[in-house]
Amino acid sequence: MENKNDLQIKKFKFKNITDNAGFSSFASAMMAIFFGLVFGFIVMLVASPPNAVAGMKYIILGGLGRLGDVFYFATPILMTGLAVGFAFKMGLFNIGASGQYTMGMFFALYVGFMWDMPDSIHWIVAILSGMVGGMLWGLIPGIFKAFLNVNEVITSIMFNYIGMYLVDMLIKGNGTMYKSTTTRTNYLPLESQIPSLGITGTNVNLGIIFAVLIGVIIYIILQKTTFGYELKATGFNKFASEYAGMKGKTNIILTMAIAGGFAGLGGAFAILAPSGISGSSMTYEPINMIASAGFDGIAVALLGSSHPIGIIFSAIFISYIKRGGTLTSLVGYKPEIIDVVIAVIIYFSAFAAIMNSGLSRIIKSRFKNKELSHIEEDEPETTVKSKDDNTKEEE
Amino acid sequence: MDNYIIEMLGITKMFPGIIANDNITLQLKKGEIHALLGENGAGKSTLMSVLFGLYQPEYGEIRKNGEVVNINNPNDANDLGIGMVHQHFKLVEIFTVLENIILGVEPNKAGFLQKSEARKKVVELSEKYGLSVDPDAYVEEITVGMQQRAEILKMLYRDNEILIFDEPTAVLTPQEIREILQIMKGFAKEGKSILFITHKLNEIMEVADRCTVLRKGKYIGTVDIEDTTKEELSKMMVGRDISFKVKKEKSKPKEIVLSVENLTVPSKIHKNNAVKNVSFNIKAGEIVCLAGIDGNGQTELVNALTGLEKASSGTIRLKERDITRDNIRKRSASGMSHIPEDRHKHGLVLEYKLEENLVLQRYWQKEFQKGGFIKFDNVRKYANRLIKEYDIRSGQGPVTIVRSMSGGNQQKAIIAREIDKEHELLIAVQPTRGLDVGAIEYVHNQLIKTRDAGKAVFLVSLELEEVLNVSDRILVIYEGEIVGELDPKETTPEELGLYMSGAKRNTGKEANDGK
Repeated sequence: MENKNDLQIKKFKFKNITDNAGFSSFASAMMAIFFGLVFGFIVMLVASPPNAVAGMKYIILGGLGRLGDVFYFATPILMTGLAVGFAFKMGLFNIGASGQYTMGMFFALYVGFMWDMPDSIHWIVAILSGMVGGMLWGLIPGIFKAFLNVNEVITSIMFNYIGMYLVDMLIKGNGTMYKSTTTRTNYLPLESQIPSLGITGTNVNLGIIFAVLIGVIIYIILQKTTFGYELKATGFNKFASEYAGMKGKTNIILTMAIAGGFAGLGGAFAILAPSGISGSSMTYEPINMIASAGFDGIAVALLGSSHPIGIIFSAIFISYIKRGGTLTSLVGYKPEIIDVVIAVIIYFSAFAAIMNSGLSRIIKSRFKNKELSHIEEDEPETTVKSKDDNTKEEE
Repeated sequence: MDNYIIEMLGITKMFPGIIANDNITLQLKKGEIHALLGENGAGKSTLMSVLFGLYQPEYGEIRKNGEVVNINNPNDANDLGIGMVHQHFKLVEIFTVLENIILGVEPNKAGFLQKSEARKKVVELSEKYGLSVDPDAYVEEITVGMQQRAEILKMLYRDNEILIFDEPTAVLTPQEIREILQIMKGFAKEGKSILFITHKLNEIMEVADRCTVLRKGKYIGTVDIEDTTKEELSKMMVGRDISFKVKKEKSKPKEIVLSVENLTVPSKIHKNNAVKNVSFNIKAGEIVCLAGIDGNGQTELVNALTGLEKASSGTIRLKERDITRDNIRKRSASGMSHIPEDRHKHGLVLEYKLEENLVLQRYWQKEFQKGGFIKFDNVRKYANRLIKEYDIRSGQGPVTIVRSMSGGNQQKAIIAREIDKEHELLIAVQPTRGLDVGAIEYVHNQLIKTRDAGKAVFLVSLELEEVLNVSDRILVIYEGEIVGELDPKETTPEELGLYMSGAKRNTGKEANDGK
């Protein structure tokens, strides 16, 4: 009898580790990163064998010397990552983060240029209006989804284009903002810029602090509040949430608006940042291109398993290897190599579920085989159950 | 030496970390009806999948007529003459009966179908065994009973001699059940061998020659039906004594809790109304059961009552308050509890922890939240109390992910949540579906306890035994109309079956008495 109890305890401890959702998504992200780097290395070997090792070294370690810039470039994709991940928690695929991001940029720019305000609050108002711009662009697909059941993927892709062309048009038509000789807007006045963190030689600013804080706040909202409870329940099983009387439509609209707000903030953080890299911020160039930050956000959210804290780390990581990747040009590689690596990482993290269930299965079966003879089986029930589920779904 | 047609000897099938079949032996004699009995998850389907070549066992062998055979896929099984009627029919809905029967073994000349030949064979078979089907009817338009007969013909058409019936009576009316059992007996007389998977003990006692019992993946034993009793079988299956008779006092109905007047609900599938001008009421302290064959408007009626669907006309009153236009949350808050038909689809968020599921209807109440923040301490306390009171078993208590729990315990969690919530009316839709006898006993007792606590209970059930044993009053629904109101003490399964199939209805005065 005692023997059995011991086993029971052992079993629980073991399960606590492998069944912990955080652990398994972390493990699978690590595996994805590893495979991505290996694949990148192979591509580099094929492209230019003698430089591959040096190039790989830059990718892995290059970011270390430029940590400030790592955080600077992480800020916008962290926010778009949250925009995608947050909506994904509710089962919505917000592919419109780019449009929301662009609207956020425009709103922030407009306030920065056109509104006369005391210096101390100008940048804050600019940030908040960026959020409003993004929210607006998330809200509309949300309304379409809730009331007309139009798929949010379609509307938000359309809103990417509508937002981008609209912003380009409005900027080109505005004499105060746009300077036709440089085909871009003027540089923002100093007082509407986000304060720098004052670390010399880098562009890191308060934006990253805000972004991380927002990530933590979302984590708290998702874990601790009734809104988060409803949101996740709806994402997992919308029928059960309806059965429990949750207001599905309101929640869809709210989620999309909040997600849009995050992307809008990302746009504001990007455009209002003080930067020594010319053209990377404080000015907007209307070139009829969808902002890549939105799509980077999808990558960030996938790698972070849509978990707010995971997204903080994955955004910083992706920014980190991107910085390193630009250095590979020193040994003759095109900087696109790093996009290949990131693509492979995302590809593998899409397999996350399969990989980590496989991994924990291997560990479990090892463990079980040793103790096989002692185990009192109460588990066949669960497997047969889940098999039943599958057949039900098939029908 | 007995003449076994199929022997499965020492079959062990392991899934990673789990032994689904542990050294199981099943020997099927030629010309017998052999029942395979076991609770959900006992390993019945795994064993049949092994026999069908869907799984390869780790240990053990299968013999046919004493010779070892290898069954690597369902085609091998078919070649050995093994056929199966699945619980959920595998028919192509938009094909005719005939097309379904020949599917996969179509007689053809140079690629052109030769249907007339096939039709002749099908008609012959259906006449020989009394399996009446219309070969040219489309499957989507025929009754469940006829679909099942089409499935049986499919096996006969392939000249199968070993026939597996997986819970064949689950969806049938009593008359149809009688028929199918007769047909099975006929097959056995013909020399065909039948494996009959079920958990209905009455049917085993009626038709089977022998019965093999599995429990938790292990082989418990094989018994001759002649020498055994229902009680003994159930004890073998569950491992403890089960009482079949539901013990309850006479009901003492009091004031009306739910009153429904002229309720009409449109159908989502077809143009007609799914529920047609239905009126009834339920009083405090009684269990009213809505009996009927699946798909006669029960789901729509319940959805209209709970607010999941909109009624097109009529009124619903709960405790004299008109709730027809209230949303789900408001109905729930004003005293309606609902054990849904599909516990995975509606009843639970499977990815959530047990404690989170236990507050699914209450997380917004003051006790569990303050300013939008969930009071997790209270949730934990509440969950622990329900787990103890309702005996919900799980691996890690309140933090167990519900998906990993067994079906019976998942249902217990829903029942605990709905019964513990403040309520005047409990709507329970097929609350025992897919559960084993032990869990069924538990559910019935909970329903009766709720009734005795002075609540009104509305039970929707497809199981006749449940209808007759648990309810105080029976309403029969047929094609969206309530065609009869019966007293369970005075009616018989046969009479109930006539109402359920629309052959009989009590009209006018009688039906109005209940209002």
